[in-house]
Amino acid sequence: LVFTEEDKYDLYSNLLFKYFLAEGIVCGHELFVASAKEHPDNILKELPAPLLDDTCGKELGDEAAAAKSEDFQDSMKIAWRYQNLPKMETSPTTYTKFGHYYNVSKKMSPELCQSVKCHSFYLHDELSFEAKMKTWNMNSGYAKLLRSIQRIISQEGFDGSDPQRKQRNVLRIGIQSLGSVLWGDDICCSDTPEDAHSLTKFLYVLRGLLRKSLSACIITVPAHLIQNKAIMERVTNLSDMVVGLESFIGSERETNPLYKDYHGLVHVHQIPRLNSLICDVSDTKDLAFRLKRKLFTIERLHLPPDLSDTVSRASKQDLAGSAKLLSSGCGAMAIGKKHLDF
Amino acid sequence: QGKFTLLRDTRTDGSFLVHHFLSFYLRAGCKVCFVALLQSFSHYNIVAQKLGVNLAAAKERGQLVFLEGLKSCLDLLFGEEEQPGQPSPLQFLSTSDLRALFDFVRVSLTPADRDSWKGPVLLVDDLSVLLSLGAAPVAVLDFIHYCRVSVCCQLKGNIVVLVHSNEDSEDEENELVVNSLCHHSDLILWAEGLATGFCKDVHGQIKIIKRLSLRQAAEQDVVQIYQYKIQDRNVTFFARGLSAAVL
Repeated sequence: LVFTEEDKYDLYSNLLFKYFLAEGIVCGHELFVASAKEHPDNILKELPAPLLDDTCGKELGDEAAAAKSEDFQDSMKIAWRYQNLPKMETSPTTYTKFGHYYNVSKKMSPELCQSVKCHSFYLHDELSFEAKMKTWNMNSGYAKLLRSIQRIISQEGFDGSDPQRKQRNVLRIGIQSLGSVLWGDDICCSDTPEDAHSLTKFLYVLRGLLRKSLSACIITVPAHLIQNKAIMERVTNLSDMVVGLESFIGSERETNPLYKDYHGLVHVHQIPRLNSLICDVSDTKDLAFRLKRKLFTIERLHLPPDLSDTVSRASKQDLAGSAKLLSSGCGAMAIGKKHLDF
Repeated sequence: QGKFTLLRDTRTDGSFLVHHFLSFYLRAGCKVCFVALLQSFSHYNIVAQKLGVNLAAAKERGQLVFLEGLKSCLDLLFGEEEQPGQPSPLQFLSTSDLRALFDFVRVSLTPADRDSWKGPVLLVDDLSVLLSLGAAPVAVLDFIHYCRVSVCCQLKGNIVVLVHSNEDSEDEENELVVNSLCHHSDLILWAEGLATGFCKDVHGQIKIIKRLSLRQAAEQDVVQIYQYKIQDRNVTFFARGLSAAVL
């Protein structure tokens, strides 16, 4: 269960969401898109086109081998793949192919979109609820969504309930802007919401559904709007992977020379620790993203050399402050409490 | 016998302690009731195999009673109407009442005639999830209290519970539960992230607090602090500052 905290204007998290869905199409998985904000068909029309291997190869000087992504037929786990970048290198040239690259400036062709089965859930189109569901004690929008997901999983056989099916596939679920007012939940509006447990109950049941079937899910949430931080903590505990996107638009960091190459930061709050005692922690926690004309890349953040003539105290403190923010990365491992001055 | 152990983690993941206790008690021949709310059975099974214990076999021979929270909640919400008189242990999802969960624990740990296991053990992973699912903090504390009376006092067994906490946490309900449990525990194992930040060789530090002051008025609590590193099949503990990377 991948939980993404949206950036303020929801530009980049939307992009990440579309990447997840586009990767699903290219890999031949089935999709399930749910949204209360825009109709899923519109979302599906705007997926980025995959970069064909040879053009990508020529651009980046890579080998032209078309690598298909891994076989997840035997996995019951949640897998998240960064299509564009692993965390180690700063640029995608030297790493072996894992997933696909996408061209943000071009839309995916409709034929490719049609090649997989897409299920959609648009909250405002859904009929009102049956009486039995009243026992759930949850926001009705969430309850409807859960019901819909469960129905698709059992009908299409993602939970292994139909032994006759030879070909097993993976279901990719994308849920946009969960927790926002459009879903009928008021945690984004007030400090003491009416039903503080709806979102967490929803996530728990969703987690159960994902664990029981061959599916992976990405959720984007406008975390900056949620007033009650206790909910965010509980939600982090219930998700496998939590990634936050912080864009520089409108913040003072936009003009900060440290960040001039990038459009925002990626905060990895938690990585999955499934089926083992340890988790795979990379060396660096400082990741930043940028949106070039064609590619959306996530790279290791390196600070440019301090070559200015006037090295003022203020900018040094800024640097220290942001370094502290950056290194408080992964929740599965230690988080620094104090910043040590060296 | 009759001890209540609290596993607590702050800024890191203390679930390795849960895996340890699970395999420890199973190997010791105790009857274990595992309320696993956060992860699926296969997750625990795979890790336990790395630690040398087979959970599926333990379940078969009746040594392990496994409540898989994620699966049970799906059965409750999506399944057919339940038979009357057999409420699901996860009923609190709709009724906010933890009594059914307690009954489940009590029934599974009460020794049957043919049982030859050494003392019963209740293991919970993790209690903070109950709060997320709508149970009130007082209800959670009551549940733990009932379990203590039943498991620790009447059946002379042990209880091990995992909770999450955070120093500057805004989750007051959680902090209330954790603080209250801390006061009543015989042993607290507190896994924390290092104050200095992330380190590849030292994954965190663990504080072992033996609460002698609980049993005898004049005694002081004994606190020991070690650092640890988690590996694939093992966790190594060492004194502070003496990690293998440094020596």
